[in-house]
Amino acid sequence: MIEIDGITKRYDGNTVVNNVSMTIEPRTVTVIVGTSGSGKTTLLRMINRLVEPTSGAIRLDGEDNRAMPGFELRRRIGYAIQGHGLFPHRTVAQNIATVPTLLGWDQARIDAKVAELLTLFQLDPIVFSARCPHELSGGQQQRVGVARALAAEPNVLLMDEPFGALDPIIRAKAQADLLAIQRLLGTTIVLVTHDMDEAFHLAHKIAVMDKGALVQYGKPAELVKDPATEFVQTLIGASERPFRLLSIKTAGDAVEPGAADGKPLAETMSQRDALSELLWTGRSALPVAAADGTILGRVTLEGLSRRAAKPQ
Amino acid sequence: MRAWIPNILRAALLAFLIAFLVSPDLFDPLLKPLVQDNAPAIYNQGSLLTLTLLHLRTVAIATTGAVLVAVTLAILVTRSFGAEFLPLSRSLVNVGQTFPPVAVLALAVPILGFGEKPTLVALFLYGLLPIFENTLTGLTTLPPAVMEAARGSGMTDRQRLFKVELPLAMPVILAGIRLSVVISLATATIGSTVAAKTLGEVIIAGLQSNNIAFVLQGGLIVGALAVLIYDGFSAIERVLARRAGLSARG
Repeated sequence: MIEIDGITKRYDGNTVVNNVSMTIEPRTVTVIVGTSGSGKTTLLRMINRLVEPTSGAIRLDGEDNRAMPGFELRRRIGYAIQGHGLFPHRTVAQNIATVPTLLGWDQARIDAKVAELLTLFQLDPIVFSARCPHELSGGQQQRVGVARALAAEPNVLLMDEPFGALDPIIRAKAQADLLAIQRLLGTTIVLVTHDMDEAFHLAHKIAVMDKGALVQYGKPAELVKDPATEFVQTLIGASERPFRLLSIKTAGDAVEPGAADGKPLAETMSQRDALSELLWTGRSALPVAAADGTILGRVTLEGLSRRAAKPQ
Repeated sequence: MRAWIPNILRAALLAFLIAFLVSPDLFDPLLKPLVQDNAPAIYNQGSLLTLTLLHLRTVAIATTGAVLVAVTLAILVTRSFGAEFLPLSRSLVNVGQTFPPVAVLALAVPILGFGEKPTLVALFLYGLLPIFENTLTGLTTLPPAVMEAARGSGMTDRQRLFKVELPLAMPVILAGIRLSVVISLATATIGSTVAAKTLGEVIIAGLQSNNIAFVLQGGLIVGALAVLIYDGFSAIERVLARRAGLSARG
């Protein structure tokens, strides 16, 4: 759990983050959104003390983050950034081993961890371990960057626009991978982005920052239903509201009993994508299948449009 | 396609230089036309090989000193606690560069006496600037995302310096050392005006006795050394830069 308690950051009388308080539940994905200059990155960087707050406190699992030296704190918190920041003079394996090496793990444990993470990110350890970052594609570099952040098995992973430099196709894959890995490892993720589609796709809870202040913090559906300010409304986009609602949950959540013809949809597909598929194929219902191929039921146009309507 | 030509030329130059230093008499006929009757064509007041090694030693000692001081200074002024000393350090190394080595020799001889010492001082001061400026450039133009990742992964200031900043800045620092070495190789010759054992001795002997062959061989040896050392450093820089992923192709 991360408790942010009355955090303020001023630079030369300029307030960048203004009295922000929020509690981030363990094993969830929290996305901080806002325009550039809203203070979202500064807020994130105060969690691992890359920026020291002017006032207020941040507690990780009840412990003040100033209880230990900054560098020790940062070894316990994963950190992934836009443009990956891989060390160009070190191999992929050495990059991933950065924090374990700093922590003094023995070599066998480091090697095992590097191989495990590379496999987890669908990079063959035999092929990629000895490569240098400049020999990788953008998507591969980004995956190594996240693998490096996770190497010391941190409870908390901070991500600053981690997918910002990726093209749309690789980005969608990277987001799906991140969700799968988050579910697998149970890591608490705090992610900063200005991409609302990304926020609704990934977040359990969304925090909206505007001019240094936290204007709304809640579940994605709550933001759509009750935007706290005009700014949140604009950020979500009035015409996007039904689709935002549908993009939060999966087709599996919308399954109704019954049969339908056509190619089954994956259970993990978002309801938004399921609706799109229904509209495109011109059908009023399509079957939904689990990963192993068993048919769970069907989704219908009627059912999805009910879910897309303004919550009562 | 013709990438091997420079390497052949370098190898030929090196072979030629070694042959000339080991048995200079072989080249007597080549230089004979340059001198008047009866004058020696090959330097005969000492071994050319010994003078070359002493010349290189003088340059090596002065450059090592300059590297230690200039790199340390550049590291200090790029730390947060040393930033305010940047203008002062810059002025100091600039003075070292603008003060003519001949003047340094003239001032140093009364204090240090004749011989190698005043030459070392002059070369040391003259060599500081390129190393200092290049180290400064190397350390202040590191990719911001890499530096952010280094801090974010929990490296201490010292670990960042030795594991990330210096390795990444190394090609640029080496370029500075290369410039400094080449300047010192040439400048060291004037050390012989104050009795330092360098190749300048050959040139000065030639000037005093109007022996063009002496002047030429002294100058050519220094020139060949400079070219070979320059190329050697460039090759190391390319390897390091490629390893650092800074340029994909050398």
